[in-house]
Amino acid sequence: MHDQNCCAANSSHNSSGGSTLLGYIGIDTIIEQMRKKTMKTGFDFNIMVVGHSGLGKSTLVNTLFKSHVSRKSAGWARDEKIPKTVEIKAVSHVIEEGGVKMKLTVVDTPGFGDQINNDNCWEPISKYINEQYEKFLKEEVNITRKKRIPDTRVHCCIYFISPTGHFLRQLDTEFMKRLSHSVNIIPVIAKADTMTLEERQEFKQRVRKELEVSGIEFYPQKEFDEDMEDKSDNDKIREAMPFAVVGSDKEYQVNGKRVLGRKTAWGIVEVENPNHCEFAQLRDFLIRSHLQDLKEVTHNIHYETYRAKRLNENGGLHPISSSDTQESNL
Amino acid sequence: MQKGKLTGLRATEKQYVGFATLPNQVHRKSVKKGFDFTLMVAGESGMGKSTLVNSLFLTDLYKDRKLLNAEERINQTVEIIKHTVDIEEKGVKLKLTIVDTPGFGDAVNNNECWKPITDYIDQQFEQYFRDESGLNRKNIQDNRVHCCLYFIPPFGHGLRPVDVEFMKALHEKVNIIPLIAKADCLTPNEIKKLKDRIREEIDKFGIKVYQFPECDSDEDEEFKQLDKELKECTPFAVIGSNTVVEARGQRVRGRLYPWGIVEGKFTNKFLCSVENQSHCDFVKLRNMLIRSHMHDLKDVTCDVHYENYRAQCIQEMTSKLAQDNRMESPIPILPLSTPDVDTEKLIKMKDEELKRMQEMLNKMQQQMHDKEQ
Repeated sequence: MHDQNCCAANSSHNSSGGSTLLGYIGIDTIIEQMRKKTMKTGFDFNIMVVGHSGLGKSTLVNTLFKSHVSRKSAGWARDEKIPKTVEIKAVSHVIEEGGVKMKLTVVDTPGFGDQINNDNCWEPISKYINEQYEKFLKEEVNITRKKRIPDTRVHCCIYFISPTGHFLRQLDTEFMKRLSHSVNIIPVIAKADTMTLEERQEFKQRVRKELEVSGIEFYPQKEFDEDMEDKSDNDKIREAMPFAVVGSDKEYQVNGKRVLGRKTAWGIVEVENPNHCEFAQLRDFLIRSHLQDLKEVTHNIHYETYRAKRLNENGGLHPISSSDTQESNL
Repeated sequence: MQKGKLTGLRATEKQYVGFATLPNQVHRKSVKKGFDFTLMVAGESGMGKSTLVNSLFLTDLYKDRKLLNAEERINQTVEIIKHTVDIEEKGVKLKLTIVDTPGFGDAVNNNECWKPITDYIDQQFEQYFRDESGLNRKNIQDNRVHCCLYFIPPFGHGLRPVDVEFMKALHEKVNIIPLIAKADCLTPNEIKKLKDRIREEIDKFGIKVYQFPECDSDEDEEFKQLDKELKECTPFAVIGSNTVVEARGQRVRGRLYPWGIVEGKFTNKFLCSVENQSHCDFVKLRNMLIRSHMHDLKDVTCDVHYENYRAQCIQEMTSKLAQDNRMESPIPILPLSTPDVDTEKLIKMKDEELKRMQEMLNKMQQQMHDKEQ
């Protein structure tokens, strides 16, 4: 708790270009004010999951956010047909923790990679991502803008790699190559309990090498590291990626504790046990340390790239009045 | 000619002829001759096909295999690779051929990726057909594919379009045994659900997988029970392993995971054992494939799949003949790579025969025509 009346003489220091503080002013309380404001307004986070059916995408999202924000598919129902193109399904939930409200939107992509011929199956996804940028751009360019532009842009795309144990599949590299420049991609190795620890390490090494060779820049991208501290933190994370994860929404009793896990005939895989899988690392990275950064990179870099491209296309954007909500002359 | 030994019966018994020893004689001859068996494995990369084959036959067929890197894989098409190994056990020799299909289902566009595989199977049938019709039939090499193990990924919710299309393209050419690969990542409940789902879909799509033959009514109850269990267990959920682990003083083929039920007493806490029937169906598959149904698989291949092919082939040849009356000699349906002298002679002989048949047919038709008029 900050005591605003504290006049600590040793809180003054001479920073270059600044003036010497003779007493305590209270500028640093702005952090507290910002925090309070953020808590009141809450914030948005949009996460997209991409990968073949059955890789545990919905389960992982539910495990990450410890709530049923994603409906698990039971596969295609008897008379349902697999969609010919990839569908985009966005579902939003508001979850709250410690007084902070988050509107979490999970964008699912059923049908990805499920057909025999998967040529261009990434196109609906690419289109969706660009459409969100376009929506935001239109709002920004309006004469009378909304106070808080609703942000539907995809902040993070988790790509699920099949744990084959050999290499990345062709579809994996094609997708990531094409989309790593328009959205933050976080590759994860799905259903990691398929592999023993040695197999996992070997597979990871091979996958990372392939990603490098293919020139795929996954998040956190090296070029956006702001300073040395960032770089060293992010280097450590990059070394450990892609995280080999296991998801589960069932609890079991292990050693007197209740843990999330998967029970097979010979053992229980504990999801949050760092000796079993890297879920905890992914969660800490995604939610506890880099959540805000994901949003910032999306806004400051990916969105700006899109915006610059659009501006250059038509020789300029024309601001439109709020009544003109149909096709603008962009 | 070896004479059968008369066991336990006096040779002076008038009713006893002695041919009850025939099975022994056959057995002895077969053991001398040795057996051959061709097994095909199909499925995407990383399904554990090679590991399973090694586990089944306790060999290391893929010791020098190199996995291709990304560049090498860009232009990869489906290949057919054969590995042959001679195995001997208790005096019985088996020439085992494993047909591998690397590249299947790995591309972005997998349209008709099974075509090289169906072509291969047809080629083996064709070669056998020609050999069978040939003059020197003593040492025919039987390269026909007796069984195809198809690996379904455990990650999905059932059959995928590529699985359905593959099996439908092959179910009338080869005995298909679908397997659920890498079953160690599934809970017992998930395995049950997946098996039910797959069986349902196999019915729904009309896929004819290999059916175990019905038990004879005079088999004992235990055998019938085992047989029933076997049938209810399909598709088998398998795992394989190239590593042998020490557990409880025994050497066990299995996979060592860092998690296991920590339950005080027992020692193999972390071991997922390939041979443990409660862990997977590997033992059932091995017993079925090798110990009880190997011969039946060969029989079905010869009696059903090959005969279908042969009938189709002959039908095509004669119908083509009927169409091309003007042709001097019929064109062989399937192209031969390098026909040798023997085959050339054979083809010529057959051509003459067919020509004569055609002439007879024409004569008959002419006679009928005259009659009508």
